Amino acid sequence: MSASIQTISLSGRKKVVSNKEMTFWERLYLVAIVKGLVITIKHLFRKKVTIQYPEQVREFSPVYRGQHMLKRDELGRENCTACGLCALSCPAEAITMTAAERQKGEEHLYREEKYASVYEINMLRCIFCGLCEEACPKDAVYLTISKELVPSSYEREDFIFGKDRLVMPLDMAMKNAQLKNAN
Amino acid sequence: MDSAFIIEKSVVIVVIFAITMIMAMYSTYAERKVAAFLQDRVGPNRAGKFGLLQPLADGLKLFAKEEFEPNTPNKFLFFVGPAIAMSTALMTSAVIPWGDKLHVFGRDVMLQATDIDVALLYIFGVVSVGVYGIMIGGWASNNKFSLMGAVRAASQMVSYEVAMGLSMIALLMMTGTLSLKEISLQQAGMNWNVFYQPVGFLIFLICAFAETNRTPFDLAECETELIGGYHTEYSSMKMGFYLFAEYANMFISSAILAVLYFGGYNYPGMQWMVDNVGVNIANILGIIVLFAKICGFIFFYMWVRWTIPRFRYDQLMNLGWKILIPLSIVNIIITGICILAFK
Repeated sequence: MSASIQTISLSGRKKVVSNKEMTFWERLYLVAIVKGLVITIKHLFRKKVTIQYPEQVREFSPVYRGQHMLKRDELGRENCTACGLCALSCPAEAITMTAAERQKGEEHLYREEKYASVYEINMLRCIFCGLCEEACPKDAVYLTISKELVPSSYEREDFIFGKDRLVMPLDMAMKNAQLKNAN
Repeated sequence: MDSAFIIEKSVVIVVIFAITMIMAMYSTYAERKVAAFLQDRVGPNRAGKFGLLQPLADGLKLFAKEEFEPNTPNKFLFFVGPAIAMSTALMTSAVIPWGDKLHVFGRDVMLQATDIDVALLYIFGVVSVGVYGIMIGGWASNNKFSLMGAVRAASQMVSYEVAMGLSMIALLMMTGTLSLKEISLQQAGMNWNVFYQPVGFLIFLICAFAETNRTPFDLAECETELIGGYHTEYSSMKMGFYLFAEYANMFISSAILAVLYFGGYNYPGMQWMVDNVGVNIANILGIIVLFAKICGFIFFYMWVRWTIPRFRYDQLMNLGWKILIPLSIVNIIITGICILAFK
């Protein structure tokens, strides 16, 4: 075919549509219907793409930002020093905290002299942008390690997560420490 | 008429009624499952094992819904609509032979509610009344979408009934009887009518789709154009009746297709089974075979639903009046010639 200005295709994807008359068999549509039926019946035996959510969880990407977690160090002490930088950086103003001083005998609980006695994140306000994680100077708050979605609930109060739900479980911290020592 | 006969018939009728209801109920479940499978999904699987209790949950939900009534002057007709749709859907099951006979308590129990001579005419009559359910419901809803759906349903059903009747006539010329029992008996073995009347079967099948308002002929309730069509204004169990009637209709029309063209309860070697194994076992197997055929047709209904998109209204009318009716008339003439030539 000669490349005249009418037939040239700049993108290389041009398709010429044919408007030819349908033949008798095509006009009956029966052949086309049978072909369509064959296509749909093949789907009956395909693998299903559904993920059965509560039992089965979709694999998250490594950088997925899920529910926050307040980290502990290898000795199981909380990293957070209640400096308030996360609350300051939060664009949704979802984080509040109350600072407290570490008492004698609490050295195994908190890494530094100051800690957060109350640390609350309102999950309904949070937009999971991860700015708190970037702002944190003590490696305390992370969104990427929990690999959890915030569970649903009927009550608004249930979405204000305190330290009981945010701090990393102790055995998880111990396991991390063991892994680190093993390597 | 002795009392044993009355008891026998009552039992048969109750069983047929129950089976029709259960089949219609589980057709909704099958519809959702088949739809899901054909679209690579899983479908309902939370209520009970494999979601088997889903129809019950749906029914419960419909019962619990608010019974809304539109501001219509025809409150009575608004009630009558779903009632007619439901009762006509269930009435047709009376004449279908579900099996030959069972031998219990020293009696031959016919597996059919009643074997009337004009069974086919009866079915046509009842199915034609069924359109009143839709028309009255759509009219009484006092809603333009409902009325539009009802008008469409009425004209569609009337058009396709003609072609359906004509395709039936060719079959009647061959069988020489209107009784479904005798038609079943004539097809013993593999002597199925579909081999003698393939074109008639095709026309009947297409018309059955149109009569039951199934895709690709679901113009009466097409969601994209008419919200819900004739049942837009309905809620709660009245809506449930309409939906249920559609599935009951589907079951009955599948049964009629199986009886008329696919040999009913007959299977190859049935006579041998009756002679050697026993009447009861042979006939129970026959019932199972009939239900397998019916389920096959129901599956076909669903399979087609997820394959072919809906017709445009003028295409629907063209197909009905300009293709199916001439085709069925030609079919009658050819059948007549063949009967003259071979008999």
